[in-house]
Amino acid sequence: MIRKLWSYIGSYKSLIILSPIFVMFDVVCELSMPFLMGKIVDKGIPALNLQYIIQIGILMIGLALVAMLFGSLNHRLAAVVSQGYAANLRQALFDQVQSFSFSNIDTFSTASLVTRLTNDVTQLQNTLLMSMRMLTRAPLMLICALVFAITINAKLAIIMFIAIPVLVAGISLVVGQAERFFKAVQEKIDAVNSTVEENLIGIRVVKAFVRAPYEKTKFKKSSDELSDTAIRAGNLVVTIMPIMLLILNTATIAVIWFGGRMVANRQLGTGQLAGFISYVMLILQSVLMVSTIFMMLARARASAQRIIEVLDTIPSIADKDQALPGSAAAVAEEPTVQHGGIEFRHVDFKYTATGKGENVLSDINVAIQPGEFVALVGGTGSGKSTMVSLIPRLYDVTNGQVLVGDVDVRDYRLATLRCAIGVVLQNNVLFSGTIRENLMWGNPAASQQEIEEAAQNAQAHDFIMAFPDGYDTDLGQGGVNVSGGQKQRLCIARALLKKPRILIMDDSTSAVDSDTEAKIRASFRENLKDTTILTIAQRISSVQEADKIIVLDDGRIVGIGTHAELIASNPAYQAICASQIEGVVVNG
Amino acid sequence: MAEQQQRPIIPSRGTGPRMVFQKPKNIGATTRRILVYFGSSKYALIIVFTMLFISTGSALAGSYFLKPLVNNYILPGNLRGLAVALAVLGAIYLVGVVASYFQGRVMVRIGQKTANLMRKDLFEKLQDLPLKFFDAHTHGELMSRFTNDIDNVEMAIEQSVVSLISSVLIFAGTLVMMVILSPILFVVAAIILVLMIFLSTTLSKKSTGYFRIQQKSLGSLNGYIEEMVEGLKVVKVFGHEHVASSEFSGLNEKFRSSATTATFLSGVVMPIMGNLGRVLYATVAIVGGLLAISGRLDTGSLVAFLQYSYQISQPINQITNQLSVVLAALAGAERIFEVMDQQVEVDDGTVTLVNVMYVEDGTEDGALVEAPANTKTDEWAWSVPGTNGHTLVPLKGDVRFDHVAFSYDGVTPVLKDISLYAKPGQTIALVGSTGAGKTTISNLINRFYDIQEGVITYDGVDIKTIHKSDLRHSLGMVLQDTHLFTGTVVGNIRYGRLDATNDECKLAAKRASADSFIRRLPQGYDTVITGDGGNLSQGQRQLLAIARAYVADPPVMILDEATSSIDTRTEHLIEQGMDALMEGRTVFVIAHRLSTIHNANAIIVLEHGEIVERGNHNSLLAEKGRYYQLYTGQTTLE
Repeated sequence: MIRKLWSYIGSYKSLIILSPIFVMFDVVCELSMPFLMGKIVDKGIPALNLQYIIQIGILMIGLALVAMLFGSLNHRLAAVVSQGYAANLRQALFDQVQSFSFSNIDTFSTASLVTRLTNDVTQLQNTLLMSMRMLTRAPLMLICALVFAITINAKLAIIMFIAIPVLVAGISLVVGQAERFFKAVQEKIDAVNSTVEENLIGIRVVKAFVRAPYEKTKFKKSSDELSDTAIRAGNLVVTIMPIMLLILNTATIAVIWFGGRMVANRQLGTGQLAGFISYVMLILQSVLMVSTIFMMLARARASAQRIIEVLDTIPSIADKDQALPGSAAAVAEEPTVQHGGIEFRHVDFKYTATGKGENVLSDINVAIQPGEFVALVGGTGSGKSTMVSLIPRLYDVTNGQVLVGDVDVRDYRLATLRCAIGVVLQNNVLFSGTIRENLMWGNPAASQQEIEEAAQNAQAHDFIMAFPDGYDTDLGQGGVNVSGGQKQRLCIARALLKKPRILIMDDSTSAVDSDTEAKIRASFRENLKDTTILTIAQRISSVQEADKIIVLDDGRIVGIGTHAELIASNPAYQAICASQIEGVVVNG
Repeated sequence: MAEQQQRPIIPSRGTGPRMVFQKPKNIGATTRRILVYFGSSKYALIIVFTMLFISTGSALAGSYFLKPLVNNYILPGNLRGLAVALAVLGAIYLVGVVASYFQGRVMVRIGQKTANLMRKDLFEKLQDLPLKFFDAHTHGELMSRFTNDIDNVEMAIEQSVVSLISSVLIFAGTLVMMVILSPILFVVAAIILVLMIFLSTTLSKKSTGYFRIQQKSLGSLNGYIEEMVEGLKVVKVFGHEHVASSEFSGLNEKFRSSATTATFLSGVVMPIMGNLGRVLYATVAIVGGLLAISGRLDTGSLVAFLQYSYQISQPINQITNQLSVVLAALAGAERIFEVMDQQVEVDDGTVTLVNVMYVEDGTEDGALVEAPANTKTDEWAWSVPGTNGHTLVPLKGDVRFDHVAFSYDGVTPVLKDISLYAKPGQTIALVGSTGAGKTTISNLINRFYDIQEGVITYDGVDIKTIHKSDLRHSLGMVLQDTHLFTGTVVGNIRYGRLDATNDECKLAAKRASADSFIRRLPQGYDTVITGDGGNLSQGQRQLLAIARAYVADPPVMILDEATSSIDTRTEHLIEQGMDALMEGRTVFVIAHRLSTIHNANAIIVLEHGEIVERGNHNSLLAEKGRYYQLYTGQTTLE
């Protein structure tokens, strides 16, 4: 795990090695202070040796300045390396996520991916920062302080060898217990958060059913549980400080008692005793520091695992020749999309890559000519969306072949293939920025005229112009400033700007009223004669004029033909129509 | 040490970085308001502060004790006296340890209790806020009140406040001790101390500035991540990966450079302050040594003074660190209180819904009287207070709009001069294109929003005079966006009426055509579903929502029909369910299905917030107007 994460350190590797060196200078300088002070008190003062006092004093000031320099340098280093590392890791994660195929995306929830890219990376950055500040410092401090303490008086140092294990035992006991409590607290936190979140999302339901009192009781329960658990965890954590103080103070008293006797017997100087007391404090502090580092590392482990999970996910769809980018053979053989014809040959599909589970599509065979207007109808789960998503290779077939322009989709470079296909997804999104910026996703080099043309074809131009800023209207994050129907029309315009050979619309006019939808269809007929159009729609009125209607049921094609043919002979199609147009039949 | 205390004791609820450098606007008032939440814990505070004085005093006394120990016992070799003195010192230490332990416990308790109270208050307040408020605030924004802001308050109470006060006490105490031990040395120390304090405040000011920049670029970085991950499928479909990647790389680099500076500046305070403390220490050693040689200072005092100088940089660091935590907490508390100060949904209605029964009085129907408290009848009535007691108006489900005008923001009119009526048992279909105002009409009946002009009456009673909860009890709603709650299937149905028995819920599910799919779920009615309904299809969730409305059994229903994403088979089930639900009720339906429209008693065609046509299916078709166009989906194109 560490090796994998370490690989993202990149150019910061050489800097990170400097850190322990800086820390060492810092620690040695810092820790020699009490030792030197002891010399002043014991040698300088009794002998009234003014020169000696000044010499040592200046040495101390010098050392403090050196320590300040190296300490600051290490902090600079820690900041540069930890933030640089975090940036590397974040970029790697982002690029990795961008390379995910649809089936990869389906396995992670959006929220969890966002958390991994934000919080988890920050967590690791903090851990690295703290490690560079303390991980080498704490043991070095412990060793140095022990060495100085032994130098001052070895016998007295025995006290330390008793105190340290006691402190370690005490702290690890608490920390070990604490982990369990922290987990419980985390669970309660999640419960509180999800209660609030659900309530916010469903606030209309809550109000419509007058369930505020019920919701309040529900929340009170989970909030109280959180509070009780947190108090129990907190009570455990607050024992660390007193334990540390107790041991520190006991050790200090022991040092004064035994040291005091030595001073009385002239075996030890007063200054040395005071210096020794300082070392006692430093030693126990460094032990506490080590324990915090362990707690921190334990907490970072969960984040590290979540990050690695993303990094280790293998994009399930990639270019064939990606292993050898730009190789001469690859370039020579690279096919381009010649025309918008589509063919499905004995296609089976299941979502699980392992091949388990049921077929979502079974033995799909159909040929679509370039420029045809094809509609797919069928119930939810009949496989319509799945079928169209195989064309731009959003998923790979389990068996069989999908051909675009007479070439197997797997033989194209992904970029080439997807460039030729415009897809308007069922759950489509717009991005923050202006309308123009969003539309230009389809073609970054589009001229104003091209943009307006696409918008006109999608029946979006008029409402865009009705905004005060026209095409420069800011959409806000997620396109919050437009209605559902407007959003769908913008998404269609965006796909049109690609000037694709194939346009796929997955239920993308559901929020557009039938009036406008008819206009969109009419302008498509007029202006997109050469584009193959595949549309999935619920309304029969949207599909009845298609050149070809494909009726899907339970992953199989149960009918192909025009509206007239199907209505005459296909029972599945008849059933779908019956539920929708009985009014017309009765009254028309 | 400073570093350790910065880390949260308990896993934090927040998702964002905890340091938000927003200055509180009104420290005094906010603090007083937080104190209210301490409630009875206020008295525990007295104990805490007593403990705090004891533990701080103990720490200070411990260092001071070195002087008499060295001067009176160690140097003269008085071991007996030393033992006694050490016993006293031990006692002082012990009291300090015990005090700090209890102080920690009490503060955890106060912190958690206060946070819990605030959390509950905030949640309860939210429940009472009008929908307008939720329209104006994102979920993420409100969630962060519950997570980051409450967290910050709790952290500050649990750790920072005590640590801040104790640091101030230690700092002040140390200064006093220094003066007592040696006024001359104190002057020397004071010069360096002033320098330290100056440096510390300058640095922290500077790093605060950089943190603000960092926070800003973090905001845009995280925003970008969120958008691109949410829109990942679109990114892929447009082959936009490399563009996104390079845009991200720019934001990432911007954040990295500002974060590096901010992190460095906030960290470098430590070695600088720590080592300045050591310069102070060395200077004191030199000057103290000189004083000792000249006989103006005894060794014990020097040792004790040095001990104080050695430790003094710590409280200074603590004060600057904890102060920023406390300020962040106060700013968070202000944001919480801002929500709490919002105007709640006004509910000044006096008309209530009461259970009634008919008693014999010679007339054909009998007289309507309020049912005794212990009996439950199926009859309900509005109890309208008047000058001479209450008048009972039977609940029937007659809804009328009389010249209603409405606007969400008070500027752009959404509905203009709407008049319509629905007699008990009638179905009114609302049709029209997106944004015509169909949903708005349904939101006005249950008073999610209040109208600006005109009157809406329910059984002849102005809905403005009806107690809101009673009004909503008399209305059912099935929205297109179905929201379920984490819990069992039966629990979700029961949401419609909390005292419904299991059998009643099952009956409702049967009527809603939901029974068959529910029984096929792994645990049937006891299957736990998640709030986002991840394990159910859109159609199944809709069926559950119908069952939920069914169990509530109100005389008036508002239905928003689903348009898309539902297969014909499920749609047929939903249709059955809806039809069953509509039976015998007044129904407002935002209709998309022709069969619904066809069966409606009246069809209201809306366009740009106005009623452009009304009538029944046949008459409207005959008119060949707007309805005809919408219905046939065939508008001629110019």
